[in-house]
Amino acid sequence: MNLNVIAFYDRWGGVLGEATIETFQMVFISLLISVLIGLPLGVLLVLSRPDKSMSNPYVYQSLNVVINVLRSIPFIILLFFLLPFTKFIVGTSIGVKGVIVPLVFYTAPYIARLMESALLEVNKGVLEAYEAMGIKTKDIIWHVMVREAKPSIILGLTIAIIGLIGATAMAGLVGAGGLGDVAYRFGHLRYEPEVMYVTIVLLIILIQGIQSIGNRLAAKAKKD
Amino acid sequence: MIQLKEISKTFYSKKNEEVTALKGVSLEVKQGEIFGVIGYSGAGKSTLVRCVNLLEKPTSGDVVVNGASLKNMSKNELRKSRQNIGMIFQGFNLLKTATVYENIAIPLKLTGISSKEIPTRVEKYLAIVGLEDKHHVYPGQLSGGQKQRVAIARALSHEPDVLLSDEATSALDPETTHSILDLLLKINREFGITILLITHEMHVIQKICDRVAVMENGEVIEQGNVIDLYSSPKKRTTKKFVNSLFPNDLPKEILEQLKKRGPIISMTFVGTSADKPALSQLSKKFDVDANILSGNIVQLKDKPFGKLVAHIQGETEETDKALHYLKEEGVQVDEVEINES
Repeated sequence: MNLNVIAFYDRWGGVLGEATIETFQMVFISLLISVLIGLPLGVLLVLSRPDKSMSNPYVYQSLNVVINVLRSIPFIILLFFLLPFTKFIVGTSIGVKGVIVPLVFYTAPYIARLMESALLEVNKGVLEAYEAMGIKTKDIIWHVMVREAKPSIILGLTIAIIGLIGATAMAGLVGAGGLGDVAYRFGHLRYEPEVMYVTIVLLIILIQGIQSIGNRLAAKAKKD
Repeated sequence: MIQLKEISKTFYSKKNEEVTALKGVSLEVKQGEIFGVIGYSGAGKSTLVRCVNLLEKPTSGDVVVNGASLKNMSKNELRKSRQNIGMIFQGFNLLKTATVYENIAIPLKLTGISSKEIPTRVEKYLAIVGLEDKHHVYPGQLSGGQKQRVAIARALSHEPDVLLSDEATSALDPETTHSILDLLLKINREFGITILLITHEMHVIQKICDRVAVMENGEVIEQGNVIDLYSSPKKRTTKKFVNSLFPNDLPKEILEQLKKRGPIISMTFVGTSADKPALSQLSKKFDVDANILSGNIVQLKDKPFGKLVAHIQGETEETDKALHYLKEEGVQVDEVEINES
């Protein structure tokens, strides 16, 4: 048994390690960019919504449509659909670099929605109290809305990261590697079931870990 | 200090129906006074107080605070003016994710108070509301009364001239309500802050207000000094509010029986006359018997105010004389009508 483990590690350790790093790279970079796009979009969705102080039906409706359209396209299709665009933006359509663009297109609208619902949970009275104190709208957005929504934002991001990890499994199709790619290429195509099992276990541990960290951070941010 | 001139506010519901919350309301709150607006829910009082700092933009009419009309101000000017108008709310509206200290310090920082001055201000106003030992506590760990104290400290820390109170004690139990009202009275006296408050509770008016306006269906139906309104309410709603303090729950049958043998009167005493023995003199001077049916004396902001319901038994001639005597003694006498309540 011990021998088996050592032998497995010798043979696959490098491949799996590299794949894990690739997965982390893809998730981290595209998450960062998606948050930078998604959070402001979420704020815009909340502010432009009907009945709000900066209500703007045109902004709200067009944003709504764009987000819904992007969210309707399955990632695997988005991946190929965006190939020319990806090449135009980052100069290549393969490798980790090539998969970031579609991952962002996939995740940013999702994050925008998650941020929207997190921000909508903030007590309107608090926003009003700050308005009544003569505080600038941009300060209210950042120091009240985003701050108070932090626990929900963290939980939303946890969900987004997990969805993102799922999407990276398809990144192998454009040669970006990652854990999903290993499971597919070695586990499925070359019929090495152990590789498949180990990959799945690694993914389970990863997802569990992320969810637990997310839950804990959210609870800590909640303060009540 | 605050002048509301012919304020009207119309809301449009989703089905485009018009809802008129305020119909040409005019009020003037003088510097240094505590002015109360009372009304049942839906009377428009919350909309009214929110019009003072333009959280709600009046459809027509003008709002003048401290001599400046808010309605035609630029966004920046309005922000500056709002910093001079503190506001407290029924729901406290504190940041859940910030400590008591931060809840006061963050708005100060955002309104451009120097970082050197912030700790001094926070300390000062937390001490005034009696929470100097709660700096690092989160609002979730505080009681309702303590949360309102933090909200009051937050409002005061901007050193405003005016404080608006939107049902600030309505979510609190009676004892806590009293301690918060005492606090409002204290800041009114010590800092000379003008307070405009709205409430649906008569004892709030009674305890701290100098003047009061009664609202119904988007209009002010009656306003004046608290004592005047208490002693001679004119409108039905006002009477109902006053009577809520003097429960007149005598059975109708008994009143009807008594009325056959003499008038039933309510006597109102204000200030010094509240402790005059006018009633006991009646039987000595006239051939009548006075029988007290119900009575109560309440403490208004600075005067006692009493109401006594009594049955005066005797011949009509004598009871008429007795009533005349009471009136001469400065007691306000009204006959009790049975179907009143």
